[in-house]
Amino acid sequence: MSSIQDVQEEIISEFEILGDDKESTIFYIMELGGNMEEFPENERIEENIIKGCQSKVWLIAEEKEGKVHYQADSNTDITKGLISLLIRVLNDRSPQEIIDSELDFIPKIGMGSIIGSQRSNGLAAMIKQMKLYALAVQAKQNA
Amino acid sequence: MNFSIDDIRKQFPVLHQEVHGKPLVYFDNAATTQKPSSVIDALEGYYLHDNSNIHRGAHALADRATRYFEETREAVQHFINAKESEEIIFTKGTTESINLVAYTFGRKFIQAGDEIIISTLEHHSNIVPWQMLCEETGALLKIIPINEAGEILFEEFEKLLSPKTKLVSVVHASNALGTINPVKEIIQASHEVGAKVLLDGAQSSSHLEIDVQDLDCDFFALSAHKLYGPTGLGVLYGKREILEEMPPFQGGGEMIKEVTFEKTTFNEIPFKFEAGTPNIGDVIAFKQAIAFINSLGKTAIKAHEDDLLAYANELLLPVKGFIPVGTAASKVSVLSFNINGMHPFDVGVMLDAKGIAVRTGHHCTQPLMKRLGIEGTVRASFAVYNSKLEIEKLAEGVSQLARIKNK
Repeated sequence: MSSIQDVQEEIISEFEILGDDKESTIFYIMELGGNMEEFPENERIEENIIKGCQSKVWLIAEEKEGKVHYQADSNTDITKGLISLLIRVLNDRSPQEIIDSELDFIPKIGMGSIIGSQRSNGLAAMIKQMKLYALAVQAKQNA
Repeated sequence: MNFSIDDIRKQFPVLHQEVHGKPLVYFDNAATTQKPSSVIDALEGYYLHDNSNIHRGAHALADRATRYFEETREAVQHFINAKESEEIIFTKGTTESINLVAYTFGRKFIQAGDEIIISTLEHHSNIVPWQMLCEETGALLKIIPINEAGEILFEEFEKLLSPKTKLVSVVHASNALGTINPVKEIIQASHEVGAKVLLDGAQSSSHLEIDVQDLDCDFFALSAHKLYGPTGLGVLYGKREILEEMPPFQGGGEMIKEVTFEKTTFNEIPFKFEAGTPNIGDVIAFKQAIAFINSLGKTAIKAHEDDLLAYANELLLPVKGFIPVGTAASKVSVLSFNINGMHPFDVGVMLDAKGIAVRTGHHCTQPLMKRLGIEGTVRASFAVYNSKLEIEKLAEGVSQLARIKNK
């Protein structure tokens, strides 16, 4: 499995191919969301909503063979596509890897100009929540 | 139409730019309008030549600034046909104008058991100040219901009216749906039970002829920035006899006649309500915005904007998956809609990628969205500088998105 850094590099080069054309970039992001694992209907509850996002985002995590497995969903296709990128980078990795990760692909793919700075904050809230879940899994492992 | 769109567009420097590599199409006019060069020049001119505090300075600059400032007050008076310029109070905007009435008129004349009526169409600015007042005084807030088209139910409104009604505060034209309310009838019916009426004119003032004497409203609130003028500036119109009875809003500066440590006497209207140094430069520049509107005439502006709205409807209503929201018979140029299967946010970002600026979300009218059973809408709102070509670009963009989701 490639490292977190490798996957980020992959994403950055994919977006470089798309170039400066905002329209095709957004269509691409929206398509990415469609490939995500189906989110369990019974988890679509208030407690799983991430605070700080303008659109609704549900995120859950569980431990699978020592790794953290995430599932997420959103009511907007663009946000869903963005989450799918975060999940692609962080999914099924050890808690320590996730906690130590530095996600720099978001500014590098020009996300601020794509979704606006306010919504970039929502993305930051999501990363924070993903790391918190990793910490919780780690705490359970060390207990 | 008796004006040239090309000539008008030339007066708005901001319109001539590219966004994401596409020519800008600005359809977020209900949020704020762009400014003509005359307004920008006047603002610059004040700071270049006249910058001074007003009303008290004994020198040439203060004298000029004061004169220009008061000239705008007179321009506003004529713009809405107030009886006298003293009935024009400068505020930060419509929101502050409404809050001023809630804090002063409300706290003096509204008591426990009294009733205030607003409508389902209201912007948060015309809900929250009244909720706060009701909480404080024990008065009750009553809401006029609407039909599916987004029109208020007049018979239901009449049922809510009673001698307990002290104030009716309604929007003249809805920011979210464009609905124009039958305000003259509302005012008449309210006066029959002895209630005062405030009109939220934030959206109506740039599109409709406003004549506060003919309407006979007691208060009228507007924002300069929705009238091609500067941001952070608004107007509260109030009838003299009511304003005179109202206590001051904030303390300090212009609102004072005489202060001793024992007692303070307050200035006459409108200064009683204009504490502190006002937004002088923007007030002065606002006169040019009014002049711009007057040069075209509201009738011609409305006719052009109605044309744009009709054209947008003509192109978009047949599109599969296009859902219009707000289909009142009488509307200002607001096209609120959804695309079946798409979140408004996604539509907004996609349109932005095409250079088209629209607003998405609940438009600060959450109770209205709840009533309509939707989370929000995409809102394209048109101004006098918009063209049919731009409407075609919007229709093309929306149709493309609707096709993807509604094959």
